Amino acid sequence: MDFDPVLLARLQFAFTISFHIIFPSFTIGLSAYIATLGAMWLGTGTERYHQLMRFWTKIFAVSFAMGVVSGIVLSYQFGTNWSRFSLIVGNVVGPLIGYEVLTAFFLEATFLGVLLFGFNKVPPWLYVLSAAVVAAGTAMSAFWILSANSWMQTPAGYEMKDGIAFPTDWLAVIFNPSFPYRFAHMLNAAYLTTGFVVLAVGARYLIAGKHIEEGRTMLRMALGLMAILAPLQLFIGDQHGLNTLKHQPIKVAAMEAHWDGSKPGDFEIFAWPDEKAGVNRFAISIPHGSSLILTHSWDGLFPGLASVPASERPPVKNVFFAFRIMLAIGSFMIAAALFGAFLWWRGTLFDTRWYLRVMAQCWWIGFVAVIAGWMVSESGRQPWIVEGVLRTADAISPVPGATIAVSLTLFVFAYGVVFSFGIYYINRLIAQGPQGPLAEETGHFGSSPITAAHDAGRRAVQKS
Amino acid sequence: MEWYLPVIWAALIGTAVAMYVILDGFDLGIGILFPFARNEGERDQMMRSVAPFWDGNETWLVLGGGGLWVAFPRAYAVVMPALYLPVIVMLLALVFRGVAFEFRTVSHSKTWLNVAFTTGSTLAAFAQGVILGSLIDGIPVRDGAYAGGPLHWATPFALLCGLALVAGYALLGATWLTMKTEGPVAARSRAQAKTLLLVVLTFMAAVSLWTPLAHPRIAERWFSLPNFYFLWPVPAVTALVAFLLWRWLAKGREVPPFLAVIALFLLGYLGLVISNFPYLVPPSLTVWQTAAAPASQIFMLLGTVALLPLILGYTAFIYWLFRGKVREGESYH
Repeated sequence: MDFDPVLLARLQFAFTISFHIIFPSFTIGLSAYIATLGAMWLGTGTERYHQLMRFWTKIFAVSFAMGVVSGIVLSYQFGTNWSRFSLIVGNVVGPLIGYEVLTAFFLEATFLGVLLFGFNKVPPWLYVLSAAVVAAGTAMSAFWILSANSWMQTPAGYEMKDGIAFPTDWLAVIFNPSFPYRFAHMLNAAYLTTGFVVLAVGARYLIAGKHIEEGRTMLRMALGLMAILAPLQLFIGDQHGLNTLKHQPIKVAAMEAHWDGSKPGDFEIFAWPDEKAGVNRFAISIPHGSSLILTHSWDGLFPGLASVPASERPPVKNVFFAFRIMLAIGSFMIAAALFGAFLWWRGTLFDTRWYLRVMAQCWWIGFVAVIAGWMVSESGRQPWIVEGVLRTADAISPVPGATIAVSLTLFVFAYGVVFSFGIYYINRLIAQGPQGPLAEETGHFGSSPITAAHDAGRRAVQKS
Repeated sequence: MEWYLPVIWAALIGTAVAMYVILDGFDLGIGILFPFARNEGERDQMMRSVAPFWDGNETWLVLGGGGLWVAFPRAYAVVMPALYLPVIVMLLALVFRGVAFEFRTVSHSKTWLNVAFTTGSTLAAFAQGVILGSLIDGIPVRDGAYAGGPLHWATPFALLCGLALVAGYALLGATWLTMKTEGPVAARSRAQAKTLLLVVLTFMAAVSLWTPLAHPRIAERWFSLPNFYFLWPVPAVTALVAFLLWRWLAKGREVPPFLAVIALFLLGYLGLVISNFPYLVPPSLTVWQTAAAPASQIFMLLGTVALLPLILGYTAFIYWLFRGKVREGESYH
């Protein structure tokens, strides 16, 4: 059999990074939420906030472990599958990743230890501070990773010598043209993703009629945040899109499936882009919609896919459909958050069962939106791995396709097992729900949050 | 600048790798020793002794791998494709053991998670030994790229190093348990440490004989004059440390054996550095040939100098916070 090493290496990266990004999108937001709960607990002395903090920390621990182990894989994959990428742009991208490890990873891992096991060993302020440090660490990690990725989209502050990129201006490298937009967009996406998980869990408790007070607190906090962040994401996304139009116009053309740049662009609500013929089939469109969004004028022009040869275009279908999935979920999020806020204002939020039922099922939508968004960004950059600097096909390792096929199979199998178990355990923790006051009552806290939850559950059963 | 910058970086990455080997070494070792525990209570106790630390310990591996890429991209781009399969196996093994660690406490049926934890730990240790061994055995390079096949790493020496590291990590784990636990677990780990010490010394002797015999450059490094006058203390001190370690174990001391095993690891590591410096990818690429642009090395060095003391500081803090022994069937509080 013949294996195409480029395709396999791309598949492997797409698979491992899609798996990985699920966890940071959740843990970035969740750590901030946990730190907020901690601050509210310290500020008000309300025990409920403390219990919620402990509850979400258990879920954080399981997610964080999966994030860590899947992240280690990625940092080595640059070498195993993409050694020429590592070599050619390593001088520039390498230090950004290095700074991530130095500024974020150790911080997160160490203070998570305090957060998980240190409750009875440190004063409350240090305990809550550890939560804040973990949250800052996850955001810092996102800062560097988004900087590295943005440099691959809009490289700046470097020069090429003998086919190798050398840094000339580090500030220009770090704060490259697309970085501020991408960072804001992703960070906000992470908070939104977590917000919908918290909302879903709260709704689930209210429907089931258990942990009512905790569920209400979750609902209020999540909705209060999302009624602001969801509409804000639309604005950030729009700015990000305009920035992309300036630097990577062909990516935008693929997002809109816009072929002919000499005509204004329609916004395709649905279409089947025919990449061979260079037209859209079965299109349902809003005339001049894309021109309005992108150029803010009815007859505004922007480059079309036909302006470059087919070999220079990204895979249009991937980008086009992923963009639509992201947009659909984003619009749904805005509607759900604003409607929820409206119900809250009317005072009927906790009694509107159909709304709670729908929200209880929506825990996953943020994750899908994040993965779809990244697919737009990464597929849309093709055929380049570093826009205008290095082609994806020229970036891979001198490794036979069969070797990559073997490792890809192993990854799919391993991640499949790990992911199923992870979802199962997180679901179980959620089903158990926040426990009554445990540590204070018994002065005992298990070696891991999960054991602690278990022990507390067992005690509760014995008492009744 | 051009000359010493790569040397500083080699020293820094060497430190990160040493930190990793020692810190993750003992918690991988606990996974290797897991099947010898009598019941779940003992296994809980063993796991609790490392629970607050393992995330941080594993991060040193990211720093080692990431650091190699940042500071020596030309070495990274050769070593990773050359050691493709052992690296992937190591990563997957770490994935399984890491999640088994977190999942084990939620699950009702622990058997499979115990198996995953032990297999993952053992396989990760073995793969790391193989990586080390095949690196010492040499990697064929042509035009700055890896020029061997997918199984070039599978040499008898590499497999020997794989077994040696499994035994070494188990020894580290056993002395950690001697120090951090009480009751039957502590007693058994002391007995295990004695056996493992003999096994590890045998492996160390085998590697020390094999490398100079197989590689003339290593023989010349150690046995030519005047090098020999400066280098003979390395094996002599190793023998002394091994002797003290045995005595301390026999006397039932708790903390010194763990420190002695760390010393043993560092001495072995020093021996390998002496054998191979300045090659980063033996037998052809040196630290200077593979270094990143000075601008990149300096940029990263500034961050490292500022942040590494901080990292070491809070790492020390967490070990201090969770000091003391984990008793049988009990946990931290």
